[in-house]
Amino acid sequence: MGIKMRIIVCVKQVPDTNEVKIDPVKGTLIRAGVPCILNPDDANALEAALKIKDEIPSTTIAVLTMGLPQAQIMLKECLSMGADEAYLLSDRAFGGADTCATSTTLAYGIKKIGQADIIFTGRQAIDGDTAQVGPQTAQRLNIPFVTYVQDIKLKDDCIQVRRQMEDGYEVLEVQMPCLLTAVKELNEPRYMSIYNIMSIEEKPITVWNHEDIELDPDNCGLKASPTQVLRSFTPSSKGKGEMLYGTAQESAKTLIAKMNEKHML
Amino acid sequence: MAVKIVDEKCKGCTKCVKSCPFSAISMNGRLAVIGESCSRCGVCVKECPFGAIEVIEEEKKAIDLSSYKGVWVFAEQREEHLMNVTMELLLEGKKLAKDIGTKVCAILCGEHVESLVGQLFSYGVDKVYLADHKELKNYRTDAYTKVIYEAILTYKPEIVLLGATHIGRDLGPCLAVRCNTGLTADCTKLEIDPEDKKLKQTRPAFGGSLMATIVCPNHRPQMATVRPGVMDKAEYVKGKEGELIRLNVHFEEGDIRTKLIRIVKTAGEIASLTDAEIIVSGGMGLGSPQGFDLIKKLAKKIGGTIGASRACVDAGWIEHSHQIGQTGTTVRPKLYFACGISGAIQHLAGMQDSDNIVAINKNESAPIFEVADYGIVGDLFEVIPAIIEELEKQ
Repeated sequence: MGIKMRIIVCVKQVPDTNEVKIDPVKGTLIRAGVPCILNPDDANALEAALKIKDEIPSTTIAVLTMGLPQAQIMLKECLSMGADEAYLLSDRAFGGADTCATSTTLAYGIKKIGQADIIFTGRQAIDGDTAQVGPQTAQRLNIPFVTYVQDIKLKDDCIQVRRQMEDGYEVLEVQMPCLLTAVKELNEPRYMSIYNIMSIEEKPITVWNHEDIELDPDNCGLKASPTQVLRSFTPSSKGKGEMLYGTAQESAKTLIAKMNEKHML
Repeated sequence: MAVKIVDEKCKGCTKCVKSCPFSAISMNGRLAVIGESCSRCGVCVKECPFGAIEVIEEEKKAIDLSSYKGVWVFAEQREEHLMNVTMELLLEGKKLAKDIGTKVCAILCGEHVESLVGQLFSYGVDKVYLADHKELKNYRTDAYTKVIYEAILTYKPEIVLLGATHIGRDLGPCLAVRCNTGLTADCTKLEIDPEDKKLKQTRPAFGGSLMATIVCPNHRPQMATVRPGVMDKAEYVKGKEGELIRLNVHFEEGDIRTKLIRIVKTAGEIASLTDAEIIVSGGMGLGSPQGFDLIKKLAKKIGGTIGASRACVDAGWIEHSHQIGQTGTTVRPKLYFACGISGAIQHLAGMQDSDNIVAINKNESAPIFEVADYGIVGDLFEVIPAIIEELEKQ
């Protein structure tokens, strides 16, 4: 692989769902103070690109996101990890997009950035857990994709990947250009480096709206989303059961008696 | 649909800002403003004490959707065996078809899988669309997408259901884009709206801390992937028959852009977790990897399978194949023992539908007790041996 590689990594800024808690009285999410982070699988996607750059230093890596202006903070983090360019697709017209509309916008952004040999995305984002945007973006670009990628080997004319399955893995070869979605097992994302943090100023973030990427406003955001959220609610718990008190022996005895009574064992 | 603030009514109380699951509302002075990340979930509408937030229904384009008929289930097979989720989808598909007044059909792809057609009829399928071709032996995105897309185009189903497996979650998004329709991922509940006969798809988001019901009003087919292990399986009735339609399958050079080199199986434990009637699960309360020895002892005593919380897996105490929860396996056993598991939302999402839950935890306010049928507050290293001892007396 002597040729210069060009990689685009799609990333998303998400609320840290590990920190999201439920208000027990109102039954709503408590968001105050919940930090926004680079989606964990996307960090693995970026690391995969950086590993290729380690091997082939002439590789250029662009990170791309769709989101609010505040997503620039996350893009700076990506640049500090070693990405070369950062692009933010931000426009009121992009708002309210489902995965279908999001993938259209990302595909237009990718086309605007220019041809890429590999596009990486995370398998899924922790706020939605859909795992749909990666494959749908590839489909819109009409390039092959592999999801759940846990290992990558560059070959002369293709990429060999391991695709995680429920009970093992598949080994696949895929032509370039292609899109790969990364799982946690793919690698260990690196930290930001001082050198890269220092050189951030030389790497400006490009912000594009729908006109910049030549996307019809009717073809993005809510207007282009086939699915709609009818309602959302906090899951109901089935109600507190019975607490058994006493010493370990006493409560164990009561438990077994009750379980026998209900034929649980 | 759009959510709008009625400026004259807004008093600037910021209640909506705090309630928004998507952080889409901000304050502009003393006025709430709805931003781009609004997903129109409507949580804020109920929250506003002043009735200052409104949902506005936008005019819907009239598209003829009536030419789409039938509920399709992607009959996922691996090595000529139907996946459990296929049977779960068939029962669910049958219920939906009954509510709409239509048929449940299966689309089956593979090589030499004709023997599965009879099984599908026995599980209650009215019609099987069969694509039998050597290129379909093992799943590959391009091959399966092409065949199923062509079938959807020809036969126009109104609903297409897939299992949210590593295959269904790869195939579904690709098909949805090809068909120019919506797809709802990882559903845990499906129902037909009695009024307009549309499919209401409910799924967890934010790691299971929020549920959303999603519709696909103006596009067909309505597509959903369904989480394995959440729904009941269809009953096998021997000798049932149905209609078989063979699909014309052909591929051209360049149609399939990936090459499968080999399939490697490493774990066989996941299947046993979803099928297990009794599961004994351990969490960080075990204190160390050795804590699982006690879990294993109890599991052995009552014939259970070992489960674990994400924290234990992340800490490297036990393999990922044991993980139960939103990012692990969803289980619904008859009996679930949660030992030293506090009950993070992610974990609860994967086990709270178990028939019976017993929780043992030191912390009386642990969320696990909220879903437990029986809770014991205490040291699991005392309680579990006492339970084993009690069982031995029997």
